[in-house]
Amino acid sequence: MTLLVEAQHISVTYNGQAAVNDVSLSISKGEIVTLIGPNGAGKTTLVRAILGLAKISSGQLTKKPSLSIGYMPQKLQIDSTLPVSVSRFLALASRQPKDVNEALSLVGIAHLAKHPVQAISGGELQRVLLARAILRQPELLVLDEPAQGVDITGQTELYALIKHIRDQLNCGVLMISHDLHLVMAATDKVICLNQHVCCSGHPETVSNDPAYQELFGRSGADQIAVYHHHHNHEHTIHGDVVECKHHA
Amino acid sequence: MPDFMIYALLGGLGVAAISGPLGCFVVWRRMAYFGDTLAHSALMGIALGLLLDINMNIAIATVCIFIALALVILLKQRQLASDTLLGILAHASLSIGLVVVSFIDDVRIDLTAYLFGDLLAITPLDLAWIYGGAILVGSLLALLWRSLLMMTIHEELAKVEGLPVDKLRLVLMLLFSIVIAVAMKIVGVLLITAMLIIPAATARRISNTPEMMALNASILGMLSVVFGLTLSYFTDTPAGPSVVVSAFALFICIYIIRPQKT
Repeated sequence: MTLLVEAQHISVTYNGQAAVNDVSLSISKGEIVTLIGPNGAGKTTLVRAILGLAKISSGQLTKKPSLSIGYMPQKLQIDSTLPVSVSRFLALASRQPKDVNEALSLVGIAHLAKHPVQAISGGELQRVLLARAILRQPELLVLDEPAQGVDITGQTELYALIKHIRDQLNCGVLMISHDLHLVMAATDKVICLNQHVCCSGHPETVSNDPAYQELFGRSGADQIAVYHHHHNHEHTIHGDVVECKHHA
Repeated sequence: MPDFMIYALLGGLGVAAISGPLGCFVVWRRMAYFGDTLAHSALMGIALGLLLDINMNIAIATVCIFIALALVILLKQRQLASDTLLGILAHASLSIGLVVVSFIDDVRIDLTAYLFGDLLAITPLDLAWIYGGAILVGSLLALLWRSLLMMTIHEELAKVEGLPVDKLRLVLMLLFSIVIAVAMKIVGVLLITAMLIIPAATARRISNTPEMMALNASILGMLSVVFGLTLSYFTDTPAGPSVVVSAFALFICIYIIRPQKT
């Protein structure tokens, strides 16, 4: 497996305080790595360090030469004075209008192509950013809380979509998530972060790890188990009612 | 039409044409106060030009670039809020310029001309500077348009995608400095920002894409020059302020005709 990024004992310090402390991790081609951890655990800081946006105070970060990265930031605030439609925003990443439409359909928001970027909802914006990251055909896809502002059903669908993208592009994926149970099915490796790496490994292993249970609370870990029930219909990502796939 | 009116018209049109797209970046990136500070520092450039007896355009552009660099460095340190810092530098550089100029006693300068522009005193040589500057700024903008737009939308995203964000920001400062230097004669230190932001803000109401907005801003700016000069020619009003008043009138008209635009 081709190694895309390897971090060895990296630390990031803000105002004398370590936001990320002695973290080692690696991301290979075709691998989905998920960072989880409580608020203030340094997840975003670690991602920013890997992207070269935050300065590493110690340790070593090695990237595959000329690694192409698709990045999906946590939010995107475009000044309302800048008239830019969703498709124009995506066209800045790819000159092919056909590709833009394909990417929009893939993430399920083809109907938003002509809308101004400033006028769509947070969940829709996450999809626009995902479409943009896909358009660049990156070797590494970095997603900072991709499921933000998306409801539970949408989240499951979104994580399935990310997995599908990984399968298609065979790219490495590094993402941040709050909820282990929801990403479990769509991730190969989980790193539980609280400034340092508490535990890491296969999602099943991590969820049973005492360090993980300590961090999130044992009862908490049990309570957030996903509630399953059956519908006679399903919703697509943008809320349309469709026939149920798995039980007719 | 007398020669001086033709020169004024040509000079005004050249500056308005290039202020359009650049003004859009001022509006999009919320740099109005930043531009104002650079414009104020142009007076220090005039003082320098008089002291060293060098070309005024070069002196102004050089001082603007230095002030722009100082601003970028000081803003990064986050010791003071950016509006405080900009206010300090704007007024300090304006005052330093005025004080230094007053020491040069063998030169009698018309201060109003520098503060509000002296459009009717434009010479063919000024025109050469204006169009030279406009062509330089225009071609750099066209060449870097996509990158500058991407940086404006999301600076970090642009950086991750491999754009040289720091260099692009410097280029943008350089372009501002050039435009301020050549626009001095037209509208003066105190009104340059108006020529950058008023046509751009007006254009927002009638544009759906960034490119349309840039083009419309140029056209609106050029219309303002034509209206302003006509007003000035027939009613003997000061030329620079007349152009700005025309730009403002267009702004009001379009905001009344098209109150909403997404």
